Amino acid sequence: MTARLDSSLEAAPRLRLTAPAAFNIVLIAILALIPLYARLSGDGFVLTLSTRMLILALGAVSLNLIMGYGGMVSFGHAAYLGIGGYAVGILAKEGIASGLLQWPVAVAAAALYALLVGALSLRTRGVYFIMITLAFAQMIYFVAIGLDRYGGDDGLTIYRRSQFDGWLDLNDKTLFYYLCFTLLLAGIYLVSRLINSRFGLVIRGARSNDRRMRAIGFPTFRYRLVCFVIAGALCGLAGALLANHTNFISPAMMHWTRSGDLIVMVVLGGLGSLFGPLIGTATFLLLEEALSRVTSYPDLILGPVLLAVATYAHGGIAGLLGGRARG
Amino acid sequence: MAEPLLEIDELTRRFGGVIAADAITLAIPAGELHAVIGPNGAGKTTLIGLLTGEITPEAGAVRFDGSDITRLAVDRRNRLGLARSFQITSLFLDVTALDNVALAVQAHRGHSFRFWGDARREDELRDPAQAALDRVGLGPRAAMRVDRLSHGEHRQLEIAMALATQPRLLLLDEPMAGMGPEESARMVALLRELKGSTTILLIEHDMEAVFALADRITVLVYGRVIASGEPAAIRADPAVREAYLGEGEAGGADGRRKGAP
Amino acid sequence: MLYFIEQCLNGIQLGMLLFLLAAGLTLVFGIMDLVNLAHGSLYMLGAYFAASFAALTGSFVIAVVLAVACSLAAGMALEVIAIRPLYGRDHLDQVLGTFGLILFFNELVRLIWGPAGMTLALPSPMLRAVQILPGVYYPAYRLVIIFAALAVAAALYLMVMRSRLGMLIRAGASNREMVGALGVNIKLLYTLVFGLGAALAGFAGVMQAPILTVQIGMGENILILALVVIIIGGIGSIRGAFVAAILVGLIDTVGRAFLPDMLRLMLSRDAAETLGPALSSMSIYMLTAAVLVFRPEGLFPAASR
Repeated sequence: MTARLDSSLEAAPRLRLTAPAAFNIVLIAILALIPLYARLSGDGFVLTLSTRMLILALGAVSLNLIMGYGGMVSFGHAAYLGIGGYAVGILAKEGIASGLLQWPVAVAAAALYALLVGALSLRTRGVYFIMITLAFAQMIYFVAIGLDRYGGDDGLTIYRRSQFDGWLDLNDKTLFYYLCFTLLLAGIYLVSRLINSRFGLVIRGARSNDRRMRAIGFPTFRYRLVCFVIAGALCGLAGALLANHTNFISPAMMHWTRSGDLIVMVVLGGLGSLFGPLIGTATFLLLEEALSRVTSYPDLILGPVLLAVATYAHGGIAGLLGGRARG
Repeated sequence: MAEPLLEIDELTRRFGGVIAADAITLAIPAGELHAVIGPNGAGKTTLIGLLTGEITPEAGAVRFDGSDITRLAVDRRNRLGLARSFQITSLFLDVTALDNVALAVQAHRGHSFRFWGDARREDELRDPAQAALDRVGLGPRAAMRVDRLSHGEHRQLEIAMALATQPRLLLLDEPMAGMGPEESARMVALLRELKGSTTILLIEHDMEAVFALADRITVLVYGRVIASGEPAAIRADPAVREAYLGEGEAGGADGRRKGAP
Repeated sequence: MLYFIEQCLNGIQLGMLLFLLAAGLTLVFGIMDLVNLAHGSLYMLGAYFAASFAALTGSFVIAVVLAVACSLAAGMALEVIAIRPLYGRDHLDQVLGTFGLILFFNELVRLIWGPAGMTLALPSPMLRAVQILPGVYYPAYRLVIIFAALAVAAALYLMVMRSRLGMLIRAGASNREMVGALGVNIKLLYTLVFGLGAALAGFAGVMQAPILTVQIGMGENILILALVVIIIGGIGSIRGAFVAAILVGLIDTVGRAFLPDMLRLMLSRDAAETLGPALSSMSIYMLTAAVLVFRPEGLFPAASR
């Protein structure tokens, strides 16, 4: 991979936007106004789709952290979506409805699995790593299928969304939308701080030239592992949101094609760019939506489009827009 | 007599049927500039790999300042004080020279589990980095992107990075590779200046530099040490002449030796 | 005891199927350095081709031959049209691109053959059970699979070790540029290798069709197992793929058959019921994890390039 540390020594802006800043600001503004549009036009579907998009974008942001900045291509990232969702669902079924308990457990469970997977998988590189993360995601997928008590293959309906003692009613769609929106922006901000910190420089350096990093004294394995865990935890949060959004959990959340979708979203938006994951997720979901309205066989077009993107469009959309996206 | 800083004891390593390192034994006292020379394929690269920890030996040991580091990981060795420069440029090209060296400084300034703050603004990292660059003569070029530096400047930067890790032993892998006469002379001057304060193990092809700088020289052929001693003795050693210097290797087809007195 | 022998044979049979898949995958990866996730799609196509040809011609054997031929053709066509631009690219790009192909093929199959699966009936002679040991009966067809795959493995071995094509393959695996510099038509070589892999995958798909399944998405599930096989066996090594495939097939099958019972002996009934199925499917991944910890290059790492 020809990844490189970000450049420019002069007054590095704190929040580095790689697609042109104007585009990102417009995007944020549009997203902020979606609920208003939904209310005025009476189109509830837009709100639902947008909420889903925000949640998946958070997952993509977490994947971009390890993939775009860290060079760790995980083909099992949907596992953390699933674990986060299942934490919420299982606790809800067992009578623990408080979000203040469910969500931390979701994040912790996802972080724990990331720790396990990372500790084993990060000993490998390149294509081995891709395959191993895939295998570990499959493992958790099968575990979920085997959980008869929690719906097994059919999944489990969550009747009550996470409760926040009256001060947050997640059933309010607009409120939930803005919650997801805020968490997404917080996630992006977190990543932006992370990548410029000492920790971030180590991660990015290790992506660029791991051998060199070790030669100057960095024990890169432990830093990558911590990065992997952070990404898993963040994705676990997204999973908790997803479970609430759909009121449903099922093994399909962690099917490997979901992991593939996440990779597509990140690459489409531009690897290693801050707002890339958001752009990529939006594009991907809109594309899926548009295609399914046009034809009964949307993947006949989507498939080749992905192939074309992989073959020709290295920097993703952020790159096409003229931003400095790395591929 | 003080214990040697670096002790290499019967180090052996095979690759398939080839013996790349054949019971190499060597002792380097602190403060010495020790050169290792040998024709291509002599096993110099393997030796470096064994010393840095990228390759594990089948037999033998490496001791650094008394402790056995034979199976120690690469990064641990560096933190103990063993730094290396790379022969093939292994720098972060898209950022500045200062950024590169600052990273090396960062590796030795506490841990890097700091998730906040802008590491590129930390004077604690950038000041020592600038100092290292000044020392090798790259001070004015600190803010330059590495992919815009010349080849010779890359080699200087490699040394700056190694220096920034505050080493006790510098393992230099052909620092003069690909340099013209002017750049080489500058590098020799730099190494001469470093000689007093740091122990140096120099792997080189450039005979002029080697004989100008080395306190002692070891000659490696097919993974074996065939001679080790002071430059004058090495130059006079018949086995060395035959195996290496006598082939006209460094001088060209007419057999003239580069760096002849 | 009989049950155990039967399960072992089933394990070997699954292993044989996995080997056919893994061999193609590891060849393509070892020689062209290409991660091809769409390999499972070629497996699926093989099964569908066979089902259609069997329905058309009424003959199982003809269907097998035609289906493998079509898989070979499809593989080569795919290589020329879609795969070539991906050579030499980042593995991530290859993963992304071939992922797109998976989606495409699943949809294509749905378009041509419809969303419901298909069936492929066995000719009646093969439905019998054959006595392999005194008192031990095993379905004839499953034995056919085992022997057919062994025959293919032997043929593959001979081809790689003795033929000119095989020599080129081995040379290409260790030094691509050199082979090209020697004037060998690399493009053609790659197309052939990819086609060979596709034919192997298609053959596996055909052979399993009567006893397992012919449906959309069947490729993905087994692809992951095949990936696990080549990780355990060592990427690029056919011998490794063979050993690992048998190992994986046995562990998976025997594990699923006996683990729940063993758990029941140790744990409470409820716990065993819950954990049983989950743990048995996990056994493969635990093996993979173990291999990664102790021998990350795999059991038989191919000579590095």
